[in-house]
Amino acid sequence: MKLRIFHQTVYRYDRPARNLVQSLRLTPSVSEGQRTHDWQIDVQGGIRGPGFRDGAGDWIEGWTVRGPTEEVTVTVTGRIETRDTAGVLRGHRELINPLAYLRDTPATKPDQALRDLALTAKDAADPLGLAHRLSAVVSDAIAYMPGQTGFHTTAAEALEKGEGVCQDHAHALIALARLHDLPARYASGYLHTTADGDAHEAAHAWAEINVPGLGWVGFDPANRCCPDERYVRLGSGLDASDAAPIRGIAAGHGIETMDVAVSVEEVERFQTQSQSQTQS
Amino acid sequence: MTYYNEMYEGSQVRDPYARLSQWVETMPADFRQMKQAEAEALFRRIGITFAVYGEGGDPDRLIPFDMMPRVFEQAEWRRLERGIKQRARALNAFLRDVYGRAEIVRAGRIPARLVYQNEAYEKAVVGVVPPRGVYSHIIGIDLVRTAKDQFYVLEDNCRTPSGVSYMLENREIMMRMFPGLFRGNRIEPVDQYPDLLRRTLESVAPAKCNDRPTCVILTPGHFNSAYYEHSFLANLMGIELVEGADLFVDGEFVYMRTTQGPKRVDVIYRRIDDPFLDPLCFRPDSMLGVPGLMDVYRSGGVSICSAPGAGVADDKAIYTFVPEMVRFYLGEEPLLQNVQTWTLWKDDDYRYVMENLPDLVVKEVHGSGGYGMLVGPKSTKDEIETFRKKIEADPGNYIAQPTLALSTCPTFVAEGLAPRHVDLRPYCLCGDRIELVPGGLTRVALREGSLVVNSSQGGGVKDTWVLSE
Repeated sequence: MKLRIFHQTVYRYDRPARNLVQSLRLTPSVSEGQRTHDWQIDVQGGIRGPGFRDGAGDWIEGWTVRGPTEEVTVTVTGRIETRDTAGVLRGHRELINPLAYLRDTPATKPDQALRDLALTAKDAADPLGLAHRLSAVVSDAIAYMPGQTGFHTTAAEALEKGEGVCQDHAHALIALARLHDLPARYASGYLHTTADGDAHEAAHAWAEINVPGLGWVGFDPANRCCPDERYVRLGSGLDASDAAPIRGIAAGHGIETMDVAVSVEEVERFQTQSQSQTQS
Repeated sequence: MTYYNEMYEGSQVRDPYARLSQWVETMPADFRQMKQAEAEALFRRIGITFAVYGEGGDPDRLIPFDMMPRVFEQAEWRRLERGIKQRARALNAFLRDVYGRAEIVRAGRIPARLVYQNEAYEKAVVGVVPPRGVYSHIIGIDLVRTAKDQFYVLEDNCRTPSGVSYMLENREIMMRMFPGLFRGNRIEPVDQYPDLLRRTLESVAPAKCNDRPTCVILTPGHFNSAYYEHSFLANLMGIELVEGADLFVDGEFVYMRTTQGPKRVDVIYRRIDDPFLDPLCFRPDSMLGVPGLMDVYRSGGVSICSAPGAGVADDKAIYTFVPEMVRFYLGEEPLLQNVQTWTLWKDDDYRYVMENLPDLVVKEVHGSGGYGMLVGPKSTKDEIETFRKKIEADPGNYIAQPTLALSTCPTFVAEGLAPRHVDLRPYCLCGDRIELVPGGLTRVALREGSLVVNSSQGGGVKDTWVLSE
């Protein structure tokens, strides 16, 4: 699938902010399932800082904006070709031992309800089957319902509510997988959605579970599937905060508001002058 | 239990203490009291009143200073020094390894889970090799002695060991009060420590630095119990003491605000813990750190001492594998011994420990400062049973060790000199070289019979001498 992506985040401050620092995880992963044709990140008025590939294989870019400013716009435009690898993250170079993804964070810390839920999926034949079961269990337990949860909602809270968005599904699945001693992590990226389909959020997130013999495999309980060619992967972390595409902070005491626009469009073909621009 | 007395062999005074013995015998009691009061006044005036190892408690409490020095002869010290340097090399090799190819794990010499599930293992720095491959630049190794030639390592401190300012101040005050003692004894100096530390920090400047490196000490602020030490060391090294808000990231580097404008910083000797270093990488709510610092660090724009993630080497569970590290990385036999340690999450160990609680010392895996520990032989039946319940509730949180016969050193008490138990923390510096000043910090358990030297549990400090040849 050939996808054209536009992702713009506008931060506004009610009082001028200074020394904005951002750490961006906004460049597609290098793996068999995706080939980046061109990709551009721009932070309006910003200075591009360090860029490097971290141990998880993610391309990280630091940006600073000296300010003072009342508005900062982060714009990502790019074109990428994807193909379906049945959710398996193949050809992705990373150095971190999967066992480092067994530890919980406040967002994924299990409570009794999550423990009970984990037990309902114990009769699977093998780890892969178990992972699929766990993903289905999460889909059933948490209904897709935007606006009911927020960025700081934990897996336990979302389960208690029984409603949430992709972030909550991913956190819950991560918690369940770790309870079964399967390393699990949060993956963030984009999802191509058809205009009339019921797929969710173009800025998307799902879980990855480490399955012996296969490596990292993506599971998207929000859409009851494994990531396929409609998915573009940016990076991973222990939870949403750790895997956030944008982490930033500004000096000053103003109130920050944020507007996000994301579009993931399928195109027939890329224009001829496109060239590979992956950073590795 | 019999204890090794550092000064006496039976009624004989050991050689290194010969002159000190005369000094004590000829000292009138009222003179001694006067000097003790003078020492206390000096400490108060300097303002050195912090809890030694970040133990909490009253930050303004004075740690008792004992005027009777603890003495090593040259040959004893040389042996210790070799053992300490060996251990420091192995610990840094381990850190390099577990953030790289992890050969020691692949070889099955240390369990993978112990490393990767360790809270202090920091996945954000996997694959990042700091300058000279050094992760821990100041290693405090806590030693106890049980016999003339028998020393044990109680624990390693690879993050930001404190207490070195006591080592320096104890010497300073002894020299000021008893200059004659230092004329009559040939005592190796320790006051070169700040210079060595600065040289060590400069030697690990990033490759992108092409001038004389600018080093700073990053402190959490004046409310921190070790703030005195931070400012003391910055002063002696002639470098800036900064808080997070004094530093900022701009483009690819870290800068400090100065009255002459921004100045690029190359090496940060941080005295704040990993989770607080950078809200963009670790705890988002931390106000103590520098936003963006970790991105600059990971791309080689600044050095951080100790490196983030260094704590995985000094965990109490990892501790049991340090002798194995020495063999694996250095191909040598460890010169310093570990204390036998039972880990309570293993069934066999658990059974043994629960059957022998009255004889053992039990500690929390992540505890420090002598809190939350049981010294079996010094505890009542009730105390032991209360502790047993705590272990049963969470066995994974505890380790146990035999009760060691810690050596004693004569210490001034109301009636004159009396033996009190001591330990030793030398500070090993790792940069382009590995070096340490002769001596370290001797802590003494001032309560009669007590084996706990932590200042929060009634511990004091002593000047530590290494005699020249």
